[in-house]
Amino acid sequence: MAKREAKYIVEKTQTPPVWARTAIPLLALIGTFIITSGLILWSNANPFEAYYYFLFAPFSSRVSTLEVLVKGTPLILCGIAVTFAFSAGYYNIGAEGQLYAGAIAAAWLGVALTGLPTILHLTIMLLGGFLFGVAWALIPALLKVKLAVDEVVTTLLLNSVMLYIVSALLNGPWRDPESGWPQSPEIAPSAMLPKLVPRSRLHFGFILAILFVLLLWFLRSRTGFGLKMRAVGMSKPAARFAGVNIERTVLISALVSGGIAGIAGVVEVAGIQFHLIDALSPGYGYTGIIIATLGGLHPIGVAVAALFFGLIDTGAQTVSRALGVPVYLGEITQATMLLVTLGMLLLQNYRIRRA
Amino acid sequence: MDNILVDLTAAMLRIATPILLAAIGETYAERAGILNLGIEGTLFFGAFVGFYVADVTGSLWIGLLVAIISGLLSGLLMALLSVTLGVNQHVSGLGITLLMTGLALFGFRLQYGGRTTPPSIEAFPQLSPFGDLPVFGTIFEQYLLTYLTFFVVVPLAWWLLYRTSFGLNIRAAGENPEAVDAAGVNVFRTRYIALIIGGGLMAAGGAFLSLAQLGAFTHGIVSGRGWVAIAIVIFGNWDPLRVMAGALIFGGTFALQLRLQAMGLQLPVPYETFLALPYVVTIIALVIAGRNASYPAALLKPYKRE
Repeated sequence: MAKREAKYIVEKTQTPPVWARTAIPLLALIGTFIITSGLILWSNANPFEAYYYFLFAPFSSRVSTLEVLVKGTPLILCGIAVTFAFSAGYYNIGAEGQLYAGAIAAAWLGVALTGLPTILHLTIMLLGGFLFGVAWALIPALLKVKLAVDEVVTTLLLNSVMLYIVSALLNGPWRDPESGWPQSPEIAPSAMLPKLVPRSRLHFGFILAILFVLLLWFLRSRTGFGLKMRAVGMSKPAARFAGVNIERTVLISALVSGGIAGIAGVVEVAGIQFHLIDALSPGYGYTGIIIATLGGLHPIGVAVAALFFGLIDTGAQTVSRALGVPVYLGEITQATMLLVTLGMLLLQNYRIRRA
Repeated sequence: MDNILVDLTAAMLRIATPILLAAIGETYAERAGILNLGIEGTLFFGAFVGFYVADVTGSLWIGLLVAIISGLLSGLLMALLSVTLGVNQHVSGLGITLLMTGLALFGFRLQYGGRTTPPSIEAFPQLSPFGDLPVFGTIFEQYLLTYLTFFVVVPLAWWLLYRTSFGLNIRAAGENPEAVDAAGVNVFRTRYIALIIGGGLMAAGGAFLSLAQLGAFTHGIVSGRGWVAIAIVIFGNWDPLRVMAGALIFGGTFALQLRLQAMGLQLPVPYETFLALPYVVTIIALVIAGRNASYPAALLKPYKRE
């Protein structure tokens, strides 16, 4: 029998096809659901039914639809914060700690200042949260720029330090004197973000998040700084050759990134919890890194990815209530989607053609 | 006072064990040029799966074995992403941590969801080679896994890395992969092996927590020990013996902090200061080393063959 010749060969291509940009997220989604359906079967539920509750049921009521936006708010802010730094090639893994720095500012200013009009009080809190986030991001950023100390490790380690600072505050001076719970006193009514829709949890923070998306979009595509930022992110030697002040660009991007993460902390305190608690963030800062990656470091992509993650978080609760599938399916789905997408992004660099 | 010192030393060794296992695992990975941030999730999953399998089969050893296998697979996944596909190491590592944490919590809820008290098992017993002897009796009253970690895992890692050609390949793959490749050594395979060994050790560290130290599984069982391990690897300059010293210092500080808290002493600083210390010290160490920090040169850089 004659040996069959290969009819197709796989080769590398420099120009990924345009359709890949839209097809890959969809394929990744399908791949993710195939992989995670094993877990749904393990929980004695029907995968198709589970996916209905996961992706569509949240839109069946007004409250749960708005809840997607509520959950998406800190995710958008953290995603944008991370994108800001990553675009300039500064790998800020510290958004989680910077978020808590902002939350500390909000819990402090929200209680310490009283008798202010809401607009003024909130403005001071947002500024304070931004500055606290910047301050916490300053240490690793300066170490990177001045001493070339790798930021991945320092920002990561400072997250843990920040968690202990929060714990020390909540178990020490800020412990609720009445209940004895480790939570700070409730912030003043003038420090609470106004609701966008009555009888829901959706608050003004969502608008703020969208504003930051637009701000990043404008900065990136319409200003000289955005161009410098992306140039540094793509190739430091090339940017240096073009006369870009790399240290300055990296420093500013790193600090603004920390500030936006700080805003996420303010928004969670002033819009949702009204106290500082140690479980304020279930890892928004880390999820922000995943969202920024999935969003392709593009503001619009990041917003879409963040809202989709908000849907997954809401959907996971719906599936859990309806079918008894543990709520952690949400985290697993998010992580699987990241890993599958990363794998697929590399596949787009190859093409199959007839031999 | 003698008693306190003896107790503290014993506690130091116990507390250092899981962190040391994880840190040695991370040392293999980083020496080969891969920063594995999947460490926290791998510890957590190892703790859960070890506990679950031991509970179901009734054998602690089978639990430990399955936990180690889960760690090998975690290392394999990290290798697939960071070595074969050349994905950003911090992104893929954090993705693995998120995945494995989610999987462990999912499995735990599914299997033990309805219970009000955390499930527990009969943990590994502590060995007591010197019986009731003063000082030695207490200090050497440790788990077999602790003995294995200090007397087998660490020396073996040192010997492998510095005294064998395999270790030379690992170190070279983390320093100068092009040269290793030119010398005819497979960089990809070397990094795969280092990550897989490393993952197994991390999961063993997690299983130590649930199968020996606690005899139970709780949501907070790992609570950042993976990140401590990352700090200790840097503090220990990627050298297994110095990493061991770092783990002991951490274990000692942690034991002291627990002791002071238990005695109800009013300290001038909150007890969290002690817990945050390893991170701060590591960052200071990095600053002092500055540009001279002896990071494996190819750390965080995917290797591509042209």
